[in-house]
Amino acid sequence: MTELYELTASEIARLIASGKATAEECVDSVIERIHAVERKVHAYITLDEEGARQKARQIDQRIKEKKPVGRLAGIVVAIKDNMCVQGTRTTCSSHMLENFIPPYDATVVERIKRADGIVIGKTNMDEFAMGTSTENSHFGPTYNPWDLTRVPGGSSGGSAAAVACGEAILALGSDTGGSVRCPASFCSIVGLKPTYGLVSRYGLIAYANSLEQIGPLAKTVEDCATLLTVIAGHDERDCTTANLGVKDYKSHLKKPILKVRVGVVKELFGEGTHEGVTKTVMRGVDTLEDITYGCEEISLPSLEYSLPAYYLIAMSEASSNLARYDGLRYGYRAPDESLEWDDTYSKTRKRGFGAEVRRRVILGSFALSAGYYDRYYVKALQVRTLVRRDFERAFSRFDVLVGPTMPLPPFKVGEKIKDPLELYMCDVDTVPVNLAGLPAISTPCGFFEGLPIGMQIIGRPFAEELILRVANAFEKSSRLEATSPPLR
Amino acid sequence: MSTMEKAQVKIGLEVHCQLTNLKTKLFCGCPSDYRGKEPNTTVCPICLGIPGTLPRPNQKAVEDAIMVAEALSSQISEETVFYRKNYYYPDMSKNFQISQYDGGGGVPIAASGTISVEENGTKITVRIRRLQLEEDPARLVHLGAIDTSPYTLVDYNRAGIALLEIVTEPDLTSPKEARLLLQKLRSILEHLGVSDGSLEGAMRCDANISLAGGARTEIKNISSFKEVERALNFEIMRQRSLLARGLKTGQETRHWDETRRTTITLRTKEEEQDYRYFPEPDLTPIRIPAETIESIRRRMPELPDARKDRFVKQYGLPPSSASVLTSEKALADFFEKCTHLYSNARQICNWVTTDLLRCLHGQSIEIGESKITPANLVEMLKMIDEGVISGKIGKKILHEMVKTGSSPRDIARRHGLVRISEHEVLDKLIESVFREFPNAVRDAQTDEKAVHYLVGQLMKKTEGRADPQLANKLIRERLRSHAQQVD
Amino acid sequence: MPEPHEKRTRRITINEVEHAAVLAKIELAEDEKTQLTEQLDRMLDYFHKIDQIHLTDVPPTHHVIELVNVFRDDSPQRTLPRKKALSNASKVEGNFFKAPRIV
Repeated sequence: MTELYELTASEIARLIASGKATAEECVDSVIERIHAVERKVHAYITLDEEGARQKARQIDQRIKEKKPVGRLAGIVVAIKDNMCVQGTRTTCSSHMLENFIPPYDATVVERIKRADGIVIGKTNMDEFAMGTSTENSHFGPTYNPWDLTRVPGGSSGGSAAAVACGEAILALGSDTGGSVRCPASFCSIVGLKPTYGLVSRYGLIAYANSLEQIGPLAKTVEDCATLLTVIAGHDERDCTTANLGVKDYKSHLKKPILKVRVGVVKELFGEGTHEGVTKTVMRGVDTLEDITYGCEEISLPSLEYSLPAYYLIAMSEASSNLARYDGLRYGYRAPDESLEWDDTYSKTRKRGFGAEVRRRVILGSFALSAGYYDRYYVKALQVRTLVRRDFERAFSRFDVLVGPTMPLPPFKVGEKIKDPLELYMCDVDTVPVNLAGLPAISTPCGFFEGLPIGMQIIGRPFAEELILRVANAFEKSSRLEATSPPLR
Repeated sequence: MSTMEKAQVKIGLEVHCQLTNLKTKLFCGCPSDYRGKEPNTTVCPICLGIPGTLPRPNQKAVEDAIMVAEALSSQISEETVFYRKNYYYPDMSKNFQISQYDGGGGVPIAASGTISVEENGTKITVRIRRLQLEEDPARLVHLGAIDTSPYTLVDYNRAGIALLEIVTEPDLTSPKEARLLLQKLRSILEHLGVSDGSLEGAMRCDANISLAGGARTEIKNISSFKEVERALNFEIMRQRSLLARGLKTGQETRHWDETRRTTITLRTKEEEQDYRYFPEPDLTPIRIPAETIESIRRRMPELPDARKDRFVKQYGLPPSSASVLTSEKALADFFEKCTHLYSNARQICNWVTTDLLRCLHGQSIEIGESKITPANLVEMLKMIDEGVISGKIGKKILHEMVKTGSSPRDIARRHGLVRISEHEVLDKLIESVFREFPNAVRDAQTDEKAVHYLVGQLMKKTEGRADPQLANKLIRERLRSHAQQVD
Repeated sequence: MPEPHEKRTRRITINEVEHAAVLAKIELAEDEKTQLTEQLDRMLDYFHKIDQIHLTDVPPTHHVIELVNVFRDDSPQRTLPRKKALSNASKVEGNFFKAPRIV
């Protein structure tokens, strides 16, 4: 018997619309599931069960009264803990913001609430979104529901794990260098990073603001499209959002893709790629070969330099974005007041930030400093130009580009955390997309020795519709949709 | 200062002007009139630097900046970008200031302008290096002096207010020129309608000075235009005495202490002030097409220099007086309002540029803070024309009008200042003067000086209210009848 | 990736790390400076990979989205009630945020 928490958002919406299930029943099912597995998975930092039930009851009441309800009515949504939810603790998984209560909702949260989505809680992440495994959390790691000894990916590991094991139907993550796609790949779900500027960043606590976007995480491509439709679109509160009009990403999902030309990016299968990844993703490419115009290899040489460029830009921006955490207006504050202001600040930041955050902020400050700005930051921005040009060139021949999302299957908790550089290397396939500001989706591609492998589909700017279509067709052909981890 | 001494002094100014006539702050919609408000009430998540918030630039602030740049004959950039200036301080809500930068490929909103200053008929042209937009930090409140206060209180009402930073080249050669430049700048900004310089803290300035080609000293914490002159005069003296002793002056930043009238070295953490400028990722570049500049140019109000020329032509004023009037917009406005009510513009000008100004300076207030109205001044001039009061009385009344805003007729009535021109009244008073000064009366028959003396005594008795011409006439008549009597 | 003991150029010294930590306003304990310098040095050395690519005449990309002149009208918006503004601060005095002293 399929539990409600195992269903997709589309299936739940149909049940609620036809009266076969109530919103409250759907919420209760998810809450029960959370009670069953959360202590093993540790996806959440903050839960609001009673609030969720209340919202569900309100929705059911409106349905009873034949009043209209939003397209996410009755759907439980988990929000990564770096997006502000008014009145709810928003921590970024950091000691620094452990007790921070935002006085406003992020735009995406507002839109989800307006669509009657039920925000049940805030999910675990790498501190300030800096990480690839959700091991850098002040509140302890999240575990991969497919194998609890392994990481769920990061930095949106909590959101992905929650969706993968039914602790949420949909979730939001943020992707600066792969943080939505990576955990999607590791948890065998769908995760999409929109084109830079499609989704408002207002209310997203910044890590690297020229690179990051908020993206949906879901069990199926269709669900992903549903959530994207709700959150996407111009926001006057974010000057970097595009003014393109409202789009329904579900409407053309099933259109055929026989004319779509697929480029297989050589550099995404570069040295260091795990053989299980190569094997699995190439099988996926074979599937694509059958349902599209065809697949052909293409080389984007500048991609080899994208990882260092990414980190230099991200750390530099982070060093400035995180400067505001000094304990004065919000957040942790070192209690010793006999000190002068800059000693208090320095102590506050030492104790409030975890080791990885401190490393990046210090290195970022160095990269921007006098004498080094041109050598590091500006150079990285020049590499970025080359990466964009390479993609542009590739898109003159192909409509989408594919490759693995991650160069390796989910690794064991604790395996890579001691060597920061080794962990950075895991981002090699995802960061080029952030540098170029392109849309990309990670969709389940298969398993290697029981471990999830994801395939990444990259599109032209604002071509979310196309990459969703390709991913949807692939999902149907590969029959991997909505497989669930064997977690009790 | 001698010409040669002058030539050795180089002064540059860095002026921060609040765009006070904007309704909101630079990057958020908080109201911009924060003065007198309860602390931390004109704030929002953006200007408080709450995590997750993003800046939104005020379009009118950009337009105002372009207009000022035009008024200062500057080159307006085709494309300009906001930068982050990264540094920590308790008055910084994000620990970076969104500002602009003219290094590393950055281009401020405008550069290479000029502003002219007139000193005793000589015109000096000062070059403007750049104009840029940036946000004001918060206000810090201390318990007592800054360096002994056990803690600091922060009020973010001012945080995010739009500032236009105007930096000059070191073309000024005296502290007085510096003060005049600031006055001229203020007048320009007020004529453009972008800023009200009378508001506390609306124009702040740092000065830098070098002597005889020596190192540059920056002086911070100057609170008013008068203090600029004082601080720079002090610094010239201080540096001259060092040079006289054969000591060198190093490049440094000094803090002007208004109470002790001295500059003190700031603890130099200069080597740590690395601002790590980079373009603000959350804001788009600003492109300023020629059409925008043209449309702003077309709707630009009359500038002080043009107004001065018009005053000379339209009202026949001497250029020096026209200069004085247009040096303060409120003063020029006051003058022009008077001309709508009274046709003798030169008369008005005389009174405004001499007695009224003297009165205001004496009370250390600006015309905007005084109570006198154009209608009142004009009424007083009419009373003088009618012979109801003398000019001397007029000055007294002026003083009162500035303080209380009462009408001149009310004041004259209240203080009994109306001119005495009734013969009977004067006759009686002349009688008593003649009684008191018989020697003078005798001498007046032959000595003109004694006649004047008697007239003077009569004026004294009437506290200046006697009509002097009539007094003269009546006294001479009496003297003649006296002479006849004696004869 | 270079081995930790391989002989190569130092990309950052312990003094530079100390200076960067001052810029970043993060206190460093004595015993962590060496290890941190080691880590940052390795990272920077890896980042120097970008030296290998030809960058002459390549303009930097600051914004990936081609928007210009995005502005807001000069019209007042709702402010935050003071209580809410101060609600997250750990030290408040009356209506002010309370900061440590400045010397």
